Amino acid sequence: MSDLTSEIVHATAQHLLIVGVAMLVAIAAGIPIGIACVRNRRSGRVVLRLIDMIQTIPSLALFGFLIPLPLIGGIGIRTAIVALILYSLLPVVRNTVTGIAGVDPLIVEAATALGMTERQRLMRIELPLALPSIFGGIRIATVIAIGVATIAAAVGGGGLGTLIFRGVAMVDSTRILAGALPAAALAVAADLLFGALERLAARRLGV
Amino acid sequence: MLGKLLVSCRKAAGRTPGQPARRQRSPYNRRVASSVFIDRATVIGANGNVIVRDISLRIDPGESVAVIGRSGAGKTTLLRLLNGLATPSSGTAIIDGLPLGEPGLAERRRRIGTILQAPALFPHRTVFENVATVPRLLGWPDERIRRTSAELLDRLDMPFDRFAGRFPRSLSGGEQQRVGIARAMVAAPPLLLCDEPFSALDPIVRRDLQDAFVALRDGGDVTLLFVTHDVAEALRVARRIVLVDGGAIVADLPSADFVRSAHPLIHRFLDAARMPEAS
Repeated sequence: MSDLTSEIVHATAQHLLIVGVAMLVAIAAGIPIGIACVRNRRSGRVVLRLIDMIQTIPSLALFGFLIPLPLIGGIGIRTAIVALILYSLLPVVRNTVTGIAGVDPLIVEAATALGMTERQRLMRIELPLALPSIFGGIRIATVIAIGVATIAAAVGGGGLGTLIFRGVAMVDSTRILAGALPAAALAVAADLLFGALERLAARRLGV
Repeated sequence: MLGKLLVSCRKAAGRTPGQPARRQRSPYNRRVASSVFIDRATVIGANGNVIVRDISLRIDPGESVAVIGRSGAGKTTLLRLLNGLATPSSGTAIIDGLPLGEPGLAERRRRIGTILQAPALFPHRTVFENVATVPRLLGWPDERIRRTSAELLDRLDMPFDRFAGRFPRSLSGGEQQRVGIARAMVAAPPLLLCDEPFSALDPIVRRDLQDAFVALRDGGDVTLLFVTHDVAEALRVARRIVLVDGGAIVADLPSADFVRSAHPLIHRFLDAARMPEAS
Protein backbone atom coordinates (compact mmCIF):
# COMPACT_ATOMS: atom_id res chain seq x y z
CA MET A 1 0.00 0.00 0.00
CA SER A 2 1.41 3.39 -0.99
CA ASP A 3 1.90 6.12 1.55
CA LEU A 4 -1.01 8.17 0.21
CA THR A 5 -3.40 5.23 0.24
CA SER A 6 -2.65 4.35 3.83
CA GLU A 7 -2.96 8.00 4.70
CA ILE A 8 -6.41 8.14 3.06
CA VAL A 9 -7.56 5.01 4.89
CA HIS A 10 -6.34 6.38 8.20
CA ALA A 11 -7.91 9.80 7.65
CA THR A 12 -11.22 8.27 6.54
CA ALA A 13 -11.37 6.13 9.66
CA GLN A 14 -10.65 9.15 11.82
CA HIS A 15 -13.27 11.16 9.95
CA LEU A 16 -15.86 8.46 10.54
CA LEU A 17 -14.94 8.31 14.21
CA ILE A 18 -15.38 12.07 14.70
CA VAL A 19 -18.68 12.19 12.82
CA GLY A 20 -19.94 8.96 14.39
CA VAL A 21 -19.30 10.06 17.98
CA ALA A 22 -20.74 13.51 17.31
CA MET A 23 -23.87 12.07 15.71
CA LEU A 24 -24.43 9.57 18.54
CA VAL A 25 -24.33 12.38 21.08
CA ALA A 26 -26.43 14.70 18.91
CA ILE A 27 -29.11 12.02 18.50
CA ALA A 28 -29.04 11.02 22.16
CA ALA A 29 -29.43 14.65 23.21
CA GLY A 30 -31.45 15.99 20.29
CA ILE A 31 -34.43 13.64 20.45
CA PRO A 32 -35.11 14.28 24.18
CA ILE A 33 -34.62 18.03 23.63
CA GLY A 34 -37.09 17.84 20.75
CA ILE A 35 -39.62 16.00 22.93
CA ALA A 36 -39.19 18.60 25.68
CA CYS A 37 -39.71 21.38 23.13
CA VAL A 38 -43.03 19.86 22.07
CA ARG A 39 -44.14 19.43 25.68
CA ASN A 40 -43.38 23.02 26.68
CA ARG A 41 -44.25 25.08 23.64
CA ARG A 42 -43.09 28.41 24.98
CA SER A 43 -39.66 27.49 26.34
CA GLY A 44 -39.38 25.09 23.38
CA ARG A 45 -39.46 28.03 20.99
CA VAL A 46 -36.64 29.73 22.90
CA VAL A 47 -34.52 26.59 22.84
CA LEU A 48 -35.10 26.12 19.12
CA ARG A 49 -34.12 29.72 18.45
CA LEU A 50 -30.94 29.21 20.45
CA ILE A 51 -30.00 26.07 18.54
CA ASP A 52 -30.88 27.92 15.37
CA MET A 53 -28.38 30.63 16.26
CA ILE A 54 -25.53 28.15 16.70
CA GLN A 55 -26.17 27.05 13.14
CA THR A 56 -25.52 30.56 11.84
CA ILE A 57 -21.99 30.73 13.28
CA PRO A 58 -19.54 30.04 10.44
CA SER A 59 -17.97 26.68 11.14
CA LEU A 60 -14.38 27.90 11.11
CA ALA A 61 -15.31 30.60 13.62
CA LEU A 62 -17.09 28.08 15.85
CA PHE A 63 -13.98 25.89 15.93
CA GLY A 64 -12.01 29.00 16.82
CA PHE A 65 -14.37 29.99 19.60
CA LEU A 66 -14.09 26.55 21.16
CA ILE A 67 -10.29 26.45 21.34
CA PRO A 68 -9.88 28.68 24.43
CA LEU A 69 -12.69 26.96 26.37
CA PRO A 70 -11.57 24.68 29.21
CA LEU A 71 -12.57 20.99 29.19
CA ILE A 72 -14.44 21.00 25.88
CA GLY A 73 -12.03 23.13 23.88
CA GLY A 74 -8.36 23.06 23.04
CA ILE A 75 -6.55 21.75 20.00
CA GLY A 76 -7.52 18.29 18.85
CA ILE A 77 -10.26 15.82 18.21
CA ARG A 78 -12.35 16.83 21.23
CA THR A 79 -13.02 20.33 19.94
CA ALA A 80 -13.95 18.91 16.56
CA ILE A 81 -16.51 16.58 18.09
CA VAL A 82 -18.05 19.29 20.29
CA ALA A 83 -18.46 21.63 17.30
CA LEU A 84 -20.05 18.88 15.20
CA ILE A 85 -22.49 18.05 18.00
CA LEU A 86 -23.56 21.68 18.15
CA TYR A 87 -24.10 21.73 14.38
CA SER A 88 -25.95 18.43 14.24
CA LEU A 89 -28.34 19.31 17.04
CA LEU A 90 -30.60 21.57 15.00
CA PRO A 91 -31.80 19.13 12.30
CA VAL A 92 -32.34 16.39 14.89
CA VAL A 93 -34.24 18.61 17.34
CA ARG A 94 -36.23 20.40 14.67
CA ASN A 95 -37.31 17.21 12.91
CA THR A 96 -38.24 15.56 16.21
CA VAL A 97 -40.47 18.53 16.96
CA THR A 98 -41.97 18.55 13.46
CA GLY A 99 -42.50 14.79 13.55
CA ILE A 100 -44.30 14.72 16.88
CA ALA A 101 -46.32 17.87 16.22
CA GLY A 102 -47.32 16.41 12.87
CA VAL A 103 -49.00 13.32 14.33
CA ASP A 104 -52.74 13.40 13.56
CA PRO A 105 -54.40 14.96 16.64
CA LEU A 106 -57.29 12.52 16.31
CA ILE A 107 -54.88 9.62 16.75
CA VAL A 108 -53.33 11.28 19.80
CA GLU A 109 -56.82 11.84 21.18
CA ALA A 110 -57.76 8.20 20.57
CA ALA A 111 -54.65 7.10 22.46
CA THR A 112 -55.58 9.37 25.35
CA ALA A 113 -59.19 8.22 25.37
CA LEU A 114 -58.10 4.58 25.49
CA GLY A 115 -56.22 5.27 28.72
CA MET A 116 -52.58 5.72 27.76
CA THR A 117 -50.54 7.88 30.08
CA GLU A 118 -48.58 10.72 28.53
CA ARG A 119 -45.43 8.62 28.54
CA GLN A 120 -47.11 5.58 27.01
CA ARG A 121 -48.61 7.78 24.33
CA LEU A 122 -45.19 9.23 23.54
CA MET A 123 -43.38 5.90 23.37
CA ARG A 124 -46.07 3.85 21.65
CA ILE A 125 -47.75 6.32 19.35
CA GLU A 126 -46.06 9.69 18.89
CA LEU A 127 -42.39 8.67 18.57
CA PRO A 128 -43.05 5.72 16.23
CA LEU A 129 -45.18 7.93 14.03
CA ALA A 130 -42.54 10.68 14.08
CA LEU A 131 -39.81 8.23 13.06
CA PRO A 132 -39.66 9.08 9.33
CA SER A 133 -39.21 12.75 10.19
CA ILE A 134 -36.59 11.97 12.85
CA PHE A 135 -34.62 9.80 10.42
CA GLY A 136 -34.81 12.69 7.96
CA GLY A 137 -33.24 14.97 10.56
CA ILE A 138 -30.47 12.47 11.28
CA ARG A 139 -29.80 12.17 7.55
CA ILE A 140 -29.43 15.91 7.08
CA ALA A 141 -27.34 16.28 10.24
CA THR A 142 -24.97 13.48 9.21
CA VAL A 143 -24.43 14.83 5.71
CA ILE A 144 -23.68 18.28 7.10
CA ALA A 145 -21.40 16.85 9.80
CA ILE A 146 -19.35 14.92 7.26
CA GLY A 147 -18.76 18.13 5.33
CA VAL A 148 -18.05 20.35 8.31
CA ALA A 149 -15.72 17.74 9.80
CA THR A 150 -13.21 18.45 7.01
CA ILE A 151 -12.72 21.89 8.55
CA ALA A 152 -11.95 20.26 11.90
CA ALA A 153 -8.42 19.69 10.66
CA ALA A 154 -7.86 23.41 11.15
CA VAL A 155 -8.01 22.90 14.91
CA GLY A 156 -6.05 19.68 14.81
CA GLY A 157 -9.13 17.49 14.72
CA GLY A 158 -7.70 15.16 12.11
CA GLY A 159 -9.81 13.41 9.52
CA LEU A 160 -9.97 13.89 5.78
CA GLY A 161 -9.59 17.65 6.19
CA THR A 162 -5.92 17.08 7.05
CA LEU A 163 -5.29 15.90 3.49
CA ILE A 164 -7.23 18.81 2.02
CA PHE A 165 -5.43 21.45 4.09
CA ARG A 166 -2.06 19.92 3.25
CA GLY A 167 -3.01 19.77 -0.41
CA VAL A 168 -4.00 23.44 -0.37
CA ALA A 169 -0.75 24.40 1.35
CA MET A 170 1.33 22.39 -1.14
CA VAL A 171 -0.80 23.42 -4.12
CA ASP A 172 -1.20 19.69 -4.75
CA SER A 173 -4.62 18.95 -6.23
CA THR A 174 -4.07 15.18 -5.97
CA ARG A 175 -3.87 15.54 -2.22
CA ILE A 176 -6.92 17.81 -2.11
CA LEU A 177 -8.87 15.22 -4.06
CA ALA A 178 -7.54 12.46 -1.81
CA GLY A 179 -9.35 14.21 1.03
CA ALA A 180 -12.34 15.63 -0.82
CA LEU A 181 -13.41 12.55 -2.76
CA PRO A 182 -13.70 10.17 0.23
CA ALA A 183 -15.52 12.90 2.16
CA ALA A 184 -18.01 13.30 -0.66
CA ALA A 185 -18.41 9.54 -0.94
CA LEU A 186 -19.09 9.28 2.80
CA ALA A 187 -21.74 12.02 2.57
CA VAL A 188 -23.46 10.32 -0.34
CA ALA A 189 -23.36 6.96 1.46
CA ALA A 190 -24.86 8.46 4.63
CA ASP A 191 -27.52 10.19 2.58
CA LEU A 192 -28.50 6.93 0.91
CA LEU A 193 -28.44 4.91 4.13
CA PHE A 194 -30.61 7.25 6.21
CA GLY A 195 -32.79 8.02 3.22
CA ALA A 196 -33.53 4.31 2.96
CA LEU A 197 -34.33 4.14 6.68
CA GLU A 198 -36.59 7.15 6.32
CA ARG A 199 -38.50 5.54 3.47
CA LEU A 200 -38.67 2.22 5.28
CA ALA A 201 -40.22 3.85 8.35
CA ALA A 202 -42.60 5.85 6.18
CA ARG A 203 -43.68 2.80 4.23
CA ARG A 204 -44.43 0.94 7.42
CA LEU A 205 -46.70 3.81 8.40
CA GLY A 206 -48.31 3.84 4.98
CA VAL A 207 -47.58 7.48 4.24
CA MET B 1 -74.45 18.56 44.95
CA LEU B 2 -75.89 15.10 45.03
CA GLY B 3 -72.67 13.83 43.51
CA LYS B 4 -70.60 15.33 46.26
CA LEU B 5 -72.93 13.72 48.74
CA LEU B 6 -72.46 10.37 47.05
CA VAL B 7 -68.70 10.77 47.15
CA SER B 8 -68.67 11.64 50.80
CA CYS B 9 -70.86 8.60 51.49
CA ARG B 10 -68.38 6.37 49.68
CA LYS B 11 -65.52 7.93 51.58
CA ALA B 12 -67.36 7.37 54.82
CA ALA B 13 -67.79 3.75 53.82
CA GLY B 14 -64.00 3.48 53.72
CA ARG B 15 -63.33 3.48 50.00
CA THR B 16 -60.24 5.26 48.82
CA PRO B 17 -60.53 7.58 45.83
CA GLY B 18 -59.19 6.14 42.60
CA GLN B 19 -60.41 2.72 43.59
CA PRO B 20 -63.58 2.00 41.62
CA ALA B 21 -66.40 1.12 43.91
CA ARG B 22 -67.32 -2.21 42.38
CA ARG B 23 -65.59 -4.57 39.99
CA GLN B 24 -62.74 -6.16 41.76
CA ARG B 25 -62.74 -9.09 39.39
CA SER B 26 -61.86 -9.26 35.71
CA PRO B 27 -64.51 -7.75 33.46
CA TYR B 28 -65.46 -10.91 31.63
CA ASN B 29 -66.31 -12.86 34.74
CA ARG B 30 -68.57 -10.31 36.24
CA ARG B 31 -69.22 -6.69 35.56
CA VAL B 32 -71.66 -4.05 36.54
CA ALA B 33 -72.66 -1.22 34.26
CA SER B 34 -71.52 2.23 35.30
CA SER B 35 -73.66 4.95 36.75
CA VAL B 36 -73.10 8.38 35.27
CA PHE B 37 -73.85 11.77 36.72
CA ILE B 38 -72.94 15.10 35.23
CA ASP B 39 -73.44 17.65 37.96
CA ARG B 40 -74.04 21.23 36.77
CA ALA B 41 -71.07 21.24 34.43
CA THR B 42 -70.04 24.24 32.39
CA VAL B 43 -67.40 23.98 29.70
CA ILE B 44 -65.75 27.03 28.19
CA GLY B 45 -63.99 26.74 24.85
CA ALA B 46 -60.50 27.93 23.94
CA ASN B 47 -61.81 31.24 22.62
CA GLY B 48 -63.80 31.93 25.76
CA ASN B 49 -67.29 31.07 24.56
CA VAL B 50 -69.49 28.78 26.62
CA ILE B 51 -69.95 25.39 24.95
CA VAL B 52 -72.20 23.75 27.54
CA ARG B 53 -73.74 25.73 30.33
CA ASP B 54 -74.65 24.37 33.74
CA ILE B 55 -75.67 21.00 32.36
CA SER B 56 -76.85 18.09 34.54
CA LEU B 57 -77.54 14.56 33.40
CA ARG B 58 -78.02 11.35 35.31
CA ILE B 59 -77.78 7.96 33.64
CA ASP B 60 -78.55 4.82 35.58
CA PRO B 61 -76.48 1.63 35.20
CA GLY B 62 -77.45 -0.26 32.06
CA GLU B 63 -79.33 2.62 30.45
CA SER B 64 -78.78 3.48 26.80
CA VAL B 65 -79.04 7.16 26.05
CA ALA B 66 -78.75 8.90 22.72
CA VAL B 67 -77.77 12.55 22.64
CA ILE B 68 -79.03 14.37 19.59
CA GLY B 69 -78.75 17.96 18.53
CA ARG B 70 -77.62 20.15 15.71
CA SER B 71 -73.97 20.71 14.87
CA GLY B 72 -72.31 22.86 17.51
CA ALA B 73 -75.06 22.24 20.07
CA GLY B 74 -72.60 20.80 22.57
CA LYS B 75 -73.28 17.07 22.11
CA THR B 76 -69.67 16.09 21.66
CA THR B 77 -68.55 18.22 24.60
CA LEU B 78 -71.16 16.53 26.76
CA LEU B 79 -69.65 13.18 25.82
CA ARG B 80 -66.10 14.40 26.31
CA LEU B 81 -66.93 15.43 29.86
CA LEU B 82 -67.33 11.73 30.58
CA ASN B 83 -63.87 10.61 29.49
CA GLY B 84 -62.02 13.65 30.73
CA LEU B 85 -61.21 14.99 27.27
CA ALA B 86 -63.20 18.07 28.22
CA THR B 87 -62.62 19.65 31.60
CA PRO B 88 -65.50 21.52 33.18
CA SER B 89 -64.73 25.02 34.43
CA SER B 90 -67.36 24.42 37.07
CA GLY B 91 -69.33 21.35 38.08
CA THR B 92 -68.20 17.73 37.88
CA ALA B 93 -68.58 14.56 35.90
CA ILE B 94 -69.06 11.61 38.20
CA ILE B 95 -68.78 7.98 37.16
CA ASP B 96 -69.59 5.23 39.64
CA GLY B 97 -69.73 7.80 42.37
CA LEU B 98 -66.23 9.14 41.78
CA PRO B 99 -65.53 12.51 40.17
CA LEU B 100 -63.46 12.17 37.02
CA GLY B 101 -60.05 13.81 37.18
CA GLU B 102 -56.41 13.48 38.08
CA PRO B 103 -54.79 11.54 39.52
CA GLY B 104 -55.60 8.23 37.92
CA LEU B 105 -57.54 9.57 34.94
CA ALA B 106 -55.61 7.46 32.41
CA GLU B 107 -56.27 4.30 34.44
CA ARG B 108 -59.98 5.08 34.69
CA ARG B 109 -60.23 5.70 30.95
CA ARG B 110 -59.25 2.07 30.37
CA ARG B 111 -62.61 1.15 31.86
CA ILE B 112 -64.48 3.59 29.62
CA GLY B 113 -64.92 2.59 25.99
CA THR B 114 -64.77 5.48 23.55
CA ILE B 115 -65.69 5.22 19.86
CA LEU B 116 -65.03 8.34 17.86
CA GLN B 117 -66.38 9.49 14.51
CA ALA B 118 -63.03 8.96 12.85
CA PRO B 119 -61.86 5.53 13.95
CA ALA B 120 -58.35 7.05 14.34
CA LEU B 121 -56.71 3.64 14.30
CA PHE B 122 -52.99 3.58 15.03
CA PRO B 123 -51.53 3.39 11.50
CA HIS B 124 -48.30 1.68 12.58
CA ARG B 125 -50.09 -1.14 14.32
CA THR B 126 -51.92 -4.13 12.90
CA VAL B 127 -55.62 -4.75 13.40
CA PHE B 128 -54.83 -7.13 16.24
CA GLU B 129 -52.41 -4.72 17.91
CA ASN B 130 -54.98 -1.94 17.67
CA VAL B 131 -57.63 -4.09 19.30
CA ALA B 132 -55.16 -5.28 21.93
CA THR B 133 -54.36 -1.72 23.08
CA VAL B 134 -56.49 -1.57 26.22
CA PRO B 135 -55.99 -5.19 27.31
CA ARG B 136 -52.24 -4.62 27.08
CA LEU B 137 -52.55 -1.49 29.21
CA LEU B 138 -54.53 -3.56 31.68
CA GLY B 139 -51.81 -6.21 31.69
CA TRP B 140 -53.87 -9.12 30.47
CA PRO B 141 -51.97 -12.30 29.61
CA ASP B 142 -51.28 -12.69 25.86
CA GLU B 143 -53.40 -15.77 25.48
CA ARG B 144 -56.46 -14.01 26.86
CA ILE B 145 -55.89 -10.91 24.73
CA ARG B 146 -55.72 -13.09 21.63
CA ARG B 147 -58.78 -15.13 22.47
CA THR B 148 -60.94 -12.15 23.41
CA SER B 149 -59.87 -10.08 20.38
CA ALA B 150 -60.48 -12.98 18.02
CA GLU B 151 -63.91 -13.61 19.47
CA LEU B 152 -64.95 -9.99 19.17
CA LEU B 153 -63.57 -9.43 15.66
CA ASP B 154 -65.31 -12.61 14.51
CA ARG B 155 -68.59 -11.30 15.90
CA LEU B 156 -68.05 -8.03 14.05
CA ASP B 157 -67.75 -9.98 10.81
CA MET B 158 -63.99 -9.47 10.57
CA PRO B 159 -62.60 -13.02 10.60
CA PHE B 160 -59.57 -12.89 12.86
CA ASP B 161 -57.42 -15.13 10.67
CA ARG B 162 -57.91 -12.85 7.70
CA PHE B 163 -57.69 -9.45 9.36
CA ALA B 164 -55.48 -9.73 12.45
CA GLY B 165 -52.19 -9.04 10.66
CA ARG B 166 -53.42 -6.32 8.34
CA PHE B 167 -52.68 -2.63 8.71
CA PRO B 168 -55.45 -0.03 8.96
CA ARG B 169 -54.58 1.59 5.63
CA SER B 170 -55.56 -1.60 3.80
CA LEU B 171 -59.08 -1.58 5.26
CA SER B 172 -62.26 0.05 3.99
CA GLY B 173 -63.95 2.78 6.04
CA GLY B 174 -66.51 0.33 7.40
CA GLU B 175 -63.83 -2.21 8.32
CA GLN B 176 -61.79 0.48 10.06
CA GLN B 177 -64.76 1.52 12.15
CA ARG B 178 -65.40 -2.12 13.07
CA VAL B 179 -61.83 -2.28 14.36
CA GLY B 180 -62.48 0.98 16.21
CA ILE B 181 -65.52 -0.60 17.86
CA ALA B 182 -63.58 -3.71 18.76
CA ARG B 183 -60.74 -1.61 20.18
CA ALA B 184 -63.17 0.27 22.41
CA MET B 185 -65.15 -2.77 23.53
CA VAL B 186 -62.60 -5.57 23.84
CA ALA B 187 -62.06 -5.11 27.56
CA ALA B 188 -65.83 -5.02 28.11
CA PRO B 189 -66.00 -1.52 29.60
CA PRO B 190 -69.01 -0.88 31.84
CA LEU B 191 -69.45 2.51 30.17
CA LEU B 192 -69.45 3.07 26.44
CA LEU B 193 -69.25 6.52 24.84
CA CYS B 194 -69.92 6.84 21.12
CA ASP B 195 -69.46 10.07 19.19
CA GLU B 196 -71.22 9.78 15.83
CA PRO B 197 -69.33 6.59 15.11
CA PHE B 198 -71.21 5.72 11.93
CA SER B 199 -71.83 9.10 10.35
CA ALA B 200 -69.03 8.83 7.80
CA LEU B 201 -70.18 5.45 6.47
CA ASP B 202 -72.45 4.64 3.58
CA PRO B 203 -76.07 3.90 4.63
CA ILE B 204 -75.91 0.15 4.13
CA VAL B 205 -72.66 -0.29 6.06
CA ARG B 206 -74.06 2.07 8.67
CA ARG B 207 -77.14 -0.07 9.10
CA ASP B 208 -75.05 -3.26 9.35
CA LEU B 209 -72.87 -1.71 11.99
CA GLN B 210 -75.81 -0.36 13.97
CA ASP B 211 -77.23 -3.88 14.14
CA ALA B 212 -73.88 -5.37 15.11
CA PHE B 213 -73.46 -2.67 17.70
CA VAL B 214 -76.91 -3.21 19.23
CA ALA B 215 -76.22 -6.94 19.47
CA LEU B 216 -72.96 -6.26 21.28
CA ARG B 217 -74.66 -3.79 23.59
CA ASP B 218 -77.35 -6.29 24.45
CA GLY B 219 -74.75 -8.97 25.09
CA GLY B 220 -73.29 -7.21 28.10
CA ASP B 221 -74.12 -5.12 31.05
CA VAL B 222 -73.15 -1.68 29.81
CA THR B 223 -74.22 1.92 30.14
CA LEU B 224 -74.31 3.64 26.78
CA LEU B 225 -74.09 7.28 25.77
CA PHE B 226 -74.44 7.66 22.02
CA VAL B 227 -74.04 11.02 20.29
CA THR B 228 -75.62 11.34 16.86
CA HIS B 229 -77.51 13.79 14.70
CA ASP B 230 -79.45 11.01 13.04
CA VAL B 231 -82.82 10.49 14.74
CA ALA B 232 -83.34 7.05 13.20
CA GLU B 233 -79.99 5.96 14.55
CA ALA B 234 -80.81 7.38 17.99
CA LEU B 235 -84.08 5.44 18.08
CA ARG B 236 -82.31 2.28 16.99
CA VAL B 237 -79.51 2.26 19.55
CA ALA B 238 -81.04 3.97 22.59
CA ARG B 239 -84.12 3.76 24.76
CA ARG B 240 -83.84 7.31 26.01
CA ILE B 241 -83.15 10.42 23.99
CA VAL B 242 -81.63 13.65 25.21
CA LEU B 243 -81.93 16.69 22.98
CA VAL B 244 -79.18 19.28 23.32
CA ASP B 245 -79.45 22.78 21.91
CA GLY B 246 -77.30 25.83 22.54
CA GLY B 247 -75.24 24.06 25.21
CA ALA B 248 -78.22 23.00 27.32
CA ILE B 249 -80.50 19.99 27.56
CA VAL B 250 -83.88 21.00 26.15
CA ALA B 251 -85.60 17.61 26.22
CA ASP B 252 -84.98 14.27 27.92
CA LEU B 253 -87.49 11.58 27.01
CA PRO B 254 -87.91 7.84 26.62
CA SER B 255 -87.64 7.10 22.91
CA ALA B 256 -91.30 6.06 22.74
CA ASP B 257 -92.35 9.51 23.98
CA PHE B 258 -89.78 11.25 21.86
CA VAL B 259 -91.46 10.38 18.58
CA ARG B 260 -94.76 11.77 19.90
CA SER B 261 -93.33 14.93 21.40
CA ALA B 262 -94.74 18.28 20.42
CA HIS B 263 -91.45 20.06 21.09
CA PRO B 264 -90.78 22.23 18.02
CA LEU B 265 -87.12 21.24 17.65
CA ILE B 266 -87.94 17.54 18.04
CA HIS B 267 -90.61 18.04 15.45
CA ARG B 268 -88.09 19.48 13.03
CA PHE B 269 -85.71 16.57 13.66
CA LEU B 270 -88.43 14.00 13.04
CA ASP B 271 -89.62 15.86 10.00
CA ALA B 272 -86.12 16.00 8.54
CA ALA B 273 -85.71 12.26 9.06
CA ARG B 274 -88.94 11.32 7.27
CA MET B 275 -88.62 9.55 3.97
CA PRO B 276 -89.80 11.88 1.17
CA GLU B 277 -92.38 10.98 -1.46
CA ALA B 278 -90.79 10.00 -4.75
CA SER B 279 -90.96 13.01 -7.04
